[in-house]
Amino acid sequence: MNRMLTTTFALLTIAVTAATAAEDIGQIKKSTGSVLIERAGKAMPAPAGMRVQVADTIVTGADGSVGITLSDNSLLSAGPNSRLDLTRYAFDTTTHQGNFDANLRKGTLSMVSGKLAKQSPDAVRVITPSSVLAVRGTEFFVKVDADADGK
Amino acid sequence: MPMENRRCRAAGAIAAALALAACAATRRETLVVVVPENGGKVGTVAVSTPAGEAVLDSPYAAATSGPGAAPQKQTLSDAEVKSTFAAALSARPERPLSFTLYFLGDSDELTPASRQHLQEVLVELRRRGAAEVTVVGHTDRLGAIDYNDRLSLQRARRVVAELVGIGIPETSIAAAGRGEREPLIVTEDEVAEPRNRRVEVSVR
Repeated sequence: MNRMLTTTFALLTIAVTAATAAEDIGQIKKSTGSVLIERAGKAMPAPAGMRVQVADTIVTGADGSVGITLSDNSLLSAGPNSRLDLTRYAFDTTTHQGNFDANLRKGTLSMVSGKLAKQSPDAVRVITPSSVLAVRGTEFFVKVDADADGK
Repeated sequence: MPMENRRCRAAGAIAAALALAACAATRRETLVVVVPENGGKVGTVAVSTPAGEAVLDSPYAAATSGPGAAPQKQTLSDAEVKSTFAAALSARPERPLSFTLYFLGDSDELTPASRQHLQEVLVELRRRGAAEVTVVGHTDRLGAIDYNDRLSLQRARRVVAELVGIGIPETSIAAAGRGEREPLIVTEDEVAEPRNRRVEVSVR
């Protein structure tokens, strides 16, 4: 009887925790200089500790750089004058299935892939203005030149 | 007409050298480079454009691509990578730190060594500032897949309770059960293997 109660309580607690954290996919770990998150039409400062959500756009200024971890343990970081959309993200903590699309519109990106890429070779992509990168594990860098207007 | 072409044509009124420079600056190029991990292993990144593909799977393999052009392969030096990506590198988060915890027999009691790990998790969490804890339960292959999914999650929840008990906020902790999917020691189905019955706690 005790075990059943404990299990039921545990399952209810899990359900509540999952609901409140449903939109968060990662967290800002390092934030230097000008770093903003554009979310639902608004721009807000992005300090270390802030959670990131699907569809967030990370924007760094001329003096900005940012480091982010995602829930699948992938590590992302961007240098100055960068614009990075976290376009799609889903990660099942039991099966490690899911997908991740990041769109680097300009700037520099460093990525160490995590459990999603390890589980499925087609799960993780980085999209740039001229290419699509299929990420099948580990560590890489991407630089996209801005156009003449700096966009 | 695209902005680049208008600008290039207008530049015809200026000295030719300057005009050429202005045209080149409006071409947006992408550079991709793969680097070895700590252990020397290199993964694979496949770069696709409408004009062609390049597969990067050796240390410092790189490709440059621009609008309408196929990716051009090259190899960069470690120094070139460190210089081009200096700011992104300095902003890179620390890698997660993991601990493996075990229970005494089939009980809900952690082994003494595992109790010690709980304190190490707390120390690491405080050291990192903006940090989170992930707790993932694992089982051996004794029992049905569904049963082991539930058991591994239950075990993870048990460790979460212990971490909350030593002062870690529950909002900083995420629990998951991986069931039989990730054994430390690979066995046949329905084989008992205590070393697989564990909980992995990571701080990131």
